[in-house]
Amino acid sequence: MAKMMTGYNAVAEAVKACNPDVIPAYPITPQTDIVERISEMVADGELTSEYVRVDSEFNAASTALGASAAGARIFTATSSQGLKLMSEPLFSASGMRLPLVLAIANRSLSAPLSIWGDHTDTFAERDGGMIQFYAEDVQEAMDNVAMAYRVAEDKDISLPALSCLDGFILTHVQEKVDPFTQKEMKEFLPEREPIHTLDPSDPISMGAYARPEHWTETRYEVHRAVNKAKDKIGKAVKEFADVFGREYGLEHSGLLETYRAEDADVILVALGSVCGTMRYVVDEYRDKGEKVGMVRPRVYRPFPVKEINKVLEDAEAIAVLEKDVSLGYQGGLAIDIKSALYSNGSRIPILNFIVGLAGRDVTKDNLRNIVEQTKELRGKKPEDVDFGDEERWEPLRTELLPGDEE
Amino acid sequence: MTEDKFKHEEDLFCSGHRACPGCGAALTSKLVTEATGPQTILSMPTGCMEVTTTPYPESAWGISWIHNIFENSAAVAGGIETAYRSFDKRNKEGYMNHEDVNFVVLAGDGATFDIGIRSLSGMMERGHDVLYICYDNEAYMNTGIQRSSSTPIGAATTTSPAGKESFGEDVHKKDMPSIAAAHGLEYVATASVAYPEDFKKKVEKALEIEGPKYIQIFAPCPRGWRHESKNSIEIARLVVETGLYPIFEMENGKITNVKKLKDRKPVEEYLKVQGRFKHLFEKEGGEEVLEELQKIADSNAEKIGIDKE
Repeated sequence: MAKMMTGYNAVAEAVKACNPDVIPAYPITPQTDIVERISEMVADGELTSEYVRVDSEFNAASTALGASAAGARIFTATSSQGLKLMSEPLFSASGMRLPLVLAIANRSLSAPLSIWGDHTDTFAERDGGMIQFYAEDVQEAMDNVAMAYRVAEDKDISLPALSCLDGFILTHVQEKVDPFTQKEMKEFLPEREPIHTLDPSDPISMGAYARPEHWTETRYEVHRAVNKAKDKIGKAVKEFADVFGREYGLEHSGLLETYRAEDADVILVALGSVCGTMRYVVDEYRDKGEKVGMVRPRVYRPFPVKEINKVLEDAEAIAVLEKDVSLGYQGGLAIDIKSALYSNGSRIPILNFIVGLAGRDVTKDNLRNIVEQTKELRGKKPEDVDFGDEERWEPLRTELLPGDEE
Repeated sequence: MTEDKFKHEEDLFCSGHRACPGCGAALTSKLVTEATGPQTILSMPTGCMEVTTTPYPESAWGISWIHNIFENSAAVAGGIETAYRSFDKRNKEGYMNHEDVNFVVLAGDGATFDIGIRSLSGMMERGHDVLYICYDNEAYMNTGIQRSSSTPIGAATTTSPAGKESFGEDVHKKDMPSIAAAHGLEYVATASVAYPEDFKKKVEKALEIEGPKYIQIFAPCPRGWRHESKNSIEIARLVVETGLYPIFEMENGKITNVKKLKDRKPVEEYLKVQGRFKHLFEKEGGEEVLEELQKIADSNAEKIGIDKE
């Protein structure tokens, strides 16, 4: 039965249904409410997981890693600086092929300090061999936790997975969701069956160091596993639909969703909650008879190259909107989408918009501006477009910039 | 051909590892496995013992062993221990009972005193059933003999060299056993590789206790300390006999057992056989540092009660 629930409650409910063995927890805004809610479940006996109140995110990840090596199902959650502090053990968890599932309440990285949401935290972990899911709404944030376990713990994958939801915008908003129970979850998510464990009756050495003659292949194996996750996500999404009746981009292997994009001239691409507003703006244009559509990758790593190409190849102009910037060169999502289309021989002009950093609202007017700028590029080739700066900031308060006062 | 008098079939720390001759840490590793037996999961940080024992695809370890990164071996061990507690509670099949497994960390002083102290402190404070053993060779040996907060005053290292204006390390060694004891540990002990039976007994005793335990063992590094390999054990004995490294047991914060000395030797006897202290004997002003080191030994003797009446 549908219930009104905040994002953090929904994630906690998902964790309860997935029933991890060990949950190391450390507070950070805006994630804190997730582990608080879980601690209440443990305190009330609703959840029998071992809840470890650790000293830092660094040791939350390290404790999780140790427990995972022993064969346990684990959960932890973090945001922003906390994810930075976890970065070292998380990178090594993928190298050691240890499944870990984390909920990330996305938040900007310092400095300046900001508790508000954007994707700079998880984009900074892009190259670490972690699967990254991005949710558009509370229901998806909840469902992605379950799918993250299915894929992360798959024997062929065995990697960390980050289930991302926009800080505050999703963590602290109430929406109607269909919760799942541990009983239903058993059908979708079997018990973890680890390949290797730290078992004194069958001793093995984990975490040996590799010299140049072995390191590359070890890394290649991780790379291959991340890529293999595409198929596994496709299967997980399909089975999820069978068990729970909710569908996420089934026709695109569950890796992305589209909205009125099939015949669109102008396509907007973005991750996460901003796509809710975008659907509204797409409808506005459609009502006026203009062919505007939307593509929303649900998964950023592995990057759905094939699926991206398929849904973008007939567009005349593309706008990539993102809540991150690779300081010194555009936004990460735009770079990846351009690279994907290059492999397809595409010459569609692409504009990159940096939006919604550190919780700045992305309004319908911002999105209309973006559509208007992108419309102008229809029918042009990239070499005929004056991109000016490589990316556009929507909006940029130039009156605040030193040296730009006059 | 001479017959090998020693049997190694049962060894849990096997020969063939790449540690230097006379390595105190390698000897420690062997003694640890002898004391813990096979029912053990060992978590080890990055360091000399990690790189010399597990160059892929080889391993010197006959027990369950994990290395992750430099500064988290205590948290990794805590995670493993917690997992086993959970398996017990949930009656998971295919896992040994928590009480039948020894959860142990073996880490160098850099990983313990410096970079991993947050992880260690958290593990101890939360009361994980983990025995943390630090092999103390008083510097970052794996990276090439840089000072750590365990390096004693007057020791030359590659980042605290003796020079025109320097007598080597200029701050005192951190008192890690007291820091461990301040976490409310039931059992803290120090040891030296010169007294292997004493060390093994301490490990066995610690493993009888539920909760966090800390043992620190003095483990010479011939390469880092600039002494001959054959002198490792002698040096490990002299450091105890001079009072510079008292070996004791501390139970619930109180010292309950100390190795007593009849005729405590002057610290020079320990210092003069190591190249890292050479400048103290050769350079003008060195005698002041020697006096300082003698004062440390005297103070240890008084505080801990080393001297026999």
